[in-house]
Amino acid sequence: MLFYSFYKTLVGKEITVELKNDLSITGLLQSVDQFLNIKLKDVRVEEEDKYPYMLSVKNCFIRGSVVRYVHLPASEVDVETLQDHSRLEAREQKKAQQQ
Amino acid sequence: MSFGNASLCDEVDKKLIVVLRDGKKFIGVMRTFDQFANIILQDTIERIYVGDKYSDKHLGVFFIRGDTVVILGEIDPDKEVKEKKLTKVSWEEINLAQQAEREKLQQMEQTKRRIMTESGLTIDSILNLDDF
Repeated sequence: MLFYSFYKTLVGKEITVELKNDLSITGLLQSVDQFLNIKLKDVRVEEEDKYPYMLSVKNCFIRGSVVRYVHLPASEVDVETLQDHSRLEAREQKKAQQQ
Repeated sequence: MSFGNASLCDEVDKKLIVVLRDGKKFIGVMRTFDQFANIILQDTIERIYVGDKYSDKHLGVFFIRGDTVVILGEIDPDKEVKEKKLTKVSWEEINLAQQAEREKLQQMEQTKRRIMTESGLTIDSILNLDDF
């Protein structure tokens, strides 16, 4: 659930999602769910001529399983908190295993 | 059943364009969905784009399995106007154009592969990075 929580902190920020079919979509992150499905607002596409079907789309839902990369705004990512949380999660997992 | 915040509730009864993993595009009104993004589309049309041409074919009611879905795009009436610069052609014509484009791509791929093999590179494993 770490990355789900992480994505929730990025809601409203502009991200670029690259899909496994090479399409990259930039837009404002509207919402995210536990499968890391992503909803984007005010989308735009780099090569619009190549993907004419994106011309009429403003908001879209991207299935989590087709995402290759997500390009994040570096200034919005608090790396230290992220590290702390992953350590915490690792510790909890260890504890659960020992029990 | 736990829905995340990114549920498709808001998209119900709206006109959507659905892009599938094989590149097909379906446009229709979404009536039902579930947590896997399985959806039911009403008044579905299949639309094929080749270059600056497109064509539609009426298909009716469709159930689309969630794992084949790539994008569900909400069609914005304001932005739809931009699509007007594309020209609509007949279904037969678009099929021919699509086939021609496919053959061209295939040929390019073959040339690429030949050149790479000639220079001692076999990159099949690299090319198929994503099982998409």
